[in-house]
Amino acid sequence: MTPELIERMTELSKQASGFIYPNELDVHWSIMIVLYPYLTGLVAGAFILASLVKVFNVKELQPTYRLALLTALAFMLIAPLPLQLHLGHPQRSWEILVSPNPTSAMAMFGFVYLWYLMIVLLLEIWFAYREDLVRLAQRERGPMRWLHRLLTMYSNDVSERAVAFDHKAVHVITIIGIPSAFLLHGYVGFIFGSIKANPWWSSVLMPIVFLFSAIVSGIAMVMLLYMIITPLRGKHIDMVCLDKIASFLFYAVIVDFSLEALDFIHRLYESEESIEILSDLVMNKLMLSLVILQVFLGMIVPFLIMVLIKVLRLDEELRRLLYFLSAILIQLGIFSTRWNVVIGGQMFSKSFRGLTTYKMEFSGLEGLLTAIVVLSLPLIILAILIKILPPWDDQREQPVEVQAQT
Amino acid sequence: MKNPRLGGRGIFRLPSWLPNHVVRLLVVLVLLAGGLLFARASLPPEMKDRKVQQENTVAREIAHPVKYAGAQACGDCHDDKVQAKAGGYHRNLSCETCHGPAGKHVEDPLSFTPPAPRDRQFCPKCHAYNLSRPLGFPQVNPVTHNPMKACIECHEPHDPKPPTGAPGECRACHNDIQRLKDVSPHALLECTTCHEAPEEHKLTPRSVRPSKPTTREFCGTCHARGAKKDDVPKVDMTTHGAKYMCWQCHYPHMPQIGGDGEGDGEGHHE
Amino acid sequence: MNRRNFLRRFVSALGLSVSGAVVGALPARGAAEHEPAGRNYGMGIDIEKCIGCGRCMDACTTENNVPQPFFYRTWVERYVMKNDGNVIVQAINKEGEQPVDPATEHDVLRSFFVPKLCNHCEHPPCVQVCPVGATFKTGDGVVIVDDTRCIGCRYCIQACPYGARYLHPERKTADKCTFCYHRVSKGLLPACVEVCPTQARVFGDLNSTASPLTRLKRMFKIHVLKDHLNTEPKVLYANLDGEVR
Repeated sequence: MTPELIERMTELSKQASGFIYPNELDVHWSIMIVLYPYLTGLVAGAFILASLVKVFNVKELQPTYRLALLTALAFMLIAPLPLQLHLGHPQRSWEILVSPNPTSAMAMFGFVYLWYLMIVLLLEIWFAYREDLVRLAQRERGPMRWLHRLLTMYSNDVSERAVAFDHKAVHVITIIGIPSAFLLHGYVGFIFGSIKANPWWSSVLMPIVFLFSAIVSGIAMVMLLYMIITPLRGKHIDMVCLDKIASFLFYAVIVDFSLEALDFIHRLYESEESIEILSDLVMNKLMLSLVILQVFLGMIVPFLIMVLIKVLRLDEELRRLLYFLSAILIQLGIFSTRWNVVIGGQMFSKSFRGLTTYKMEFSGLEGLLTAIVVLSLPLIILAILIKILPPWDDQREQPVEVQAQT
Repeated sequence: MKNPRLGGRGIFRLPSWLPNHVVRLLVVLVLLAGGLLFARASLPPEMKDRKVQQENTVAREIAHPVKYAGAQACGDCHDDKVQAKAGGYHRNLSCETCHGPAGKHVEDPLSFTPPAPRDRQFCPKCHAYNLSRPLGFPQVNPVTHNPMKACIECHEPHDPKPPTGAPGECRACHNDIQRLKDVSPHALLECTTCHEAPEEHKLTPRSVRPSKPTTREFCGTCHARGAKKDDVPKVDMTTHGAKYMCWQCHYPHMPQIGGDGEGDGEGHHE
Repeated sequence: MNRRNFLRRFVSALGLSVSGAVVGALPARGAAEHEPAGRNYGMGIDIEKCIGCGRCMDACTTENNVPQPFFYRTWVERYVMKNDGNVIVQAINKEGEQPVDPATEHDVLRSFFVPKLCNHCEHPPCVQVCPVGATFKTGDGVVIVDDTRCIGCRYCIQACPYGARYLHPERKTADKCTFCYHRVSKGLLPACVEVCPTQARVFGDLNSTASPLTRLKRMFKIHVLKDHLNTEPKVLYANLDGEVR
């Protein structure tokens, strides 16, 4: 018991109201655990956007196809980091894969995550990029060439047969990938939704709500990145593409909002035992993060903006601005959603008689500063990935003469 | 040189539609999977076998040192104290409840002597008045109850009795009822007005209980119309709350609260 | 690279790893067997006997080195039901000190103490959710934590409906009441049961026909906490009030 811990707990005990079980004073799952579903949500959502191109043949979205895949990969590589920072013994985390408990959703999720990363995402990226990388490698010199040669497994085959296989493989993997993406983020929802001890979390709807808010955030993130990076490259934003993304975003927001409204109405109507303390929680502790950020700014305002755009047929520049604003508000909103689920679920006592507080540290492994770093890392990784695996259609190689296959 | 037994195309016949680069990929993936499986297989059992892990945990848990020796252990040497305790109010108390952990003392009696709490701070942990404590538990107000003396001056801890040998008043154990009654209209009534308490009740309270009134007429001796008692509310016993016993509505120790409040002009003082 | 040689090498590597995996999957010889001998430990608590003195909390802290002051393997709650219908609940500290009296006798309808601890459930949700299986139920029904394997993810703490678990601030692993397993395996009582002055806590084998626990089950109407969650707790409460959560 360090003096800092004693001080922290003393402060918390002064701010607890009503009656809480004595061990419930400190919130156990911190902002790191808020980050995790946020990041994996972006992965699932970005992949769903990519799948719209390959499986549902939405041609307008082609400019963002590879960007969506790279975004998914960048976030997926970083998502385990906040978990490791949170663990009491991160050096033992391999135990989850070597000797897991088969009844634990968290343990089984380790395998779902690996499956999705290795078999779905990496394979799809490999097959989607292989032809271009081979051609690039033939043109390049220096370390980039060797990296690309390595990535293509030293194969030079860009014959029609090989490329046709690649395209078929992408198609098949994406079909497998859609339910895998659903499983990936639905599972995170299940990790919360299966906790019968906590009425804020325990709900059949939890995986579904998580999934659809993930789709919303992922689509909005790709839209945001596309809108930021394209001008930085000096290129013109493809408005047909952007409008199409916004359309899908609009539909996703409608479904997500309906699901969350259903959850809300259902809780109020049934009015189970926990309704009093949960109402107390929402009106007092979560007023800012839930009512204002999640619902109003994060969902209603972007929804109204997109309705306006559809109805008023605004001009290109205004649409871009409004899309940009909506995408940012949606990110804030979905982040708040994760916050409200994770932190909110721990701020009320399981005795249903009291509330406690979350004191987020500023520095420290689970502090605000670390959270900001963790949030920025995927963007850095994305920048690197864009360098290694150029996603832009206007940079694709023209077919060149290749040597005969040995 | 081609080996005729293996055929000209190598050991496996791969499907011809599988492009070369995919074969390379599959080889890499299989090697990776194989490597991981091999790594897991080469781990020692305590890293992956649940049964071994649990057995080791149980063994570790059992090896924790024991600090409280248990009530049986004290009697081996201190039989006199155990006998003294056996007949009194503290007979169900474990020695270590007051003397603290004695594990070390049992192991090596001379190395450590469990302390005996002799100050006034200790006994109130159990015996200070608290309205949540169950009915009949002896409680005092530690501030006003003989503040200048140590508890053990009057009460032998191994066979605690009041200095007079038995509790003098009901208040000693029924403090909460006394406090209610003291500010109620029944304040001046003795407990024994309504309850007959044999002397044994003071010694074995749970086995021998005081009596309680059983009829409406009992309350009627003071509260019926025409009863001799002055200055008490009177009611018509034949009609007032006819099918109930009096105490089913009126809590006798706090009788100003009770009844259905309908009021028919009854209960006025005569 | 010659495809044949490459494939030859690959096959032998594969063969090695598969045989290694098969060998590794065979059950290994473990440490000496601890014979739980068909016991199923449980605890009984008679609410009408608890005086809220806190001796149990003190003994548990001493016996098990529970980090103080903000972590509890066992604690005692105080319920005060007032005449106006309000229910006030507080936790007492281990000195038996009560928080400021919330009411006087005249406002109080009912009041009592409720000791709480890990319920060592028959279907423990904490065991179900532990990702590495670090927490488990022993053969004699006691739920314990392997703190050489616990990764400190705190999923079990979230899953426990009773607030019985905490994260040990130094070891950074999950910790909780163990029914003093190191004592009961030697035939002693858990520390809290040992020092309870009114024998409000009794401990025993639920399968035994002669124990204070069996008598409790025979003589009193038994309740458990959060019955509707179907965890089947093995801490049985006699004379428990419906207001207790």
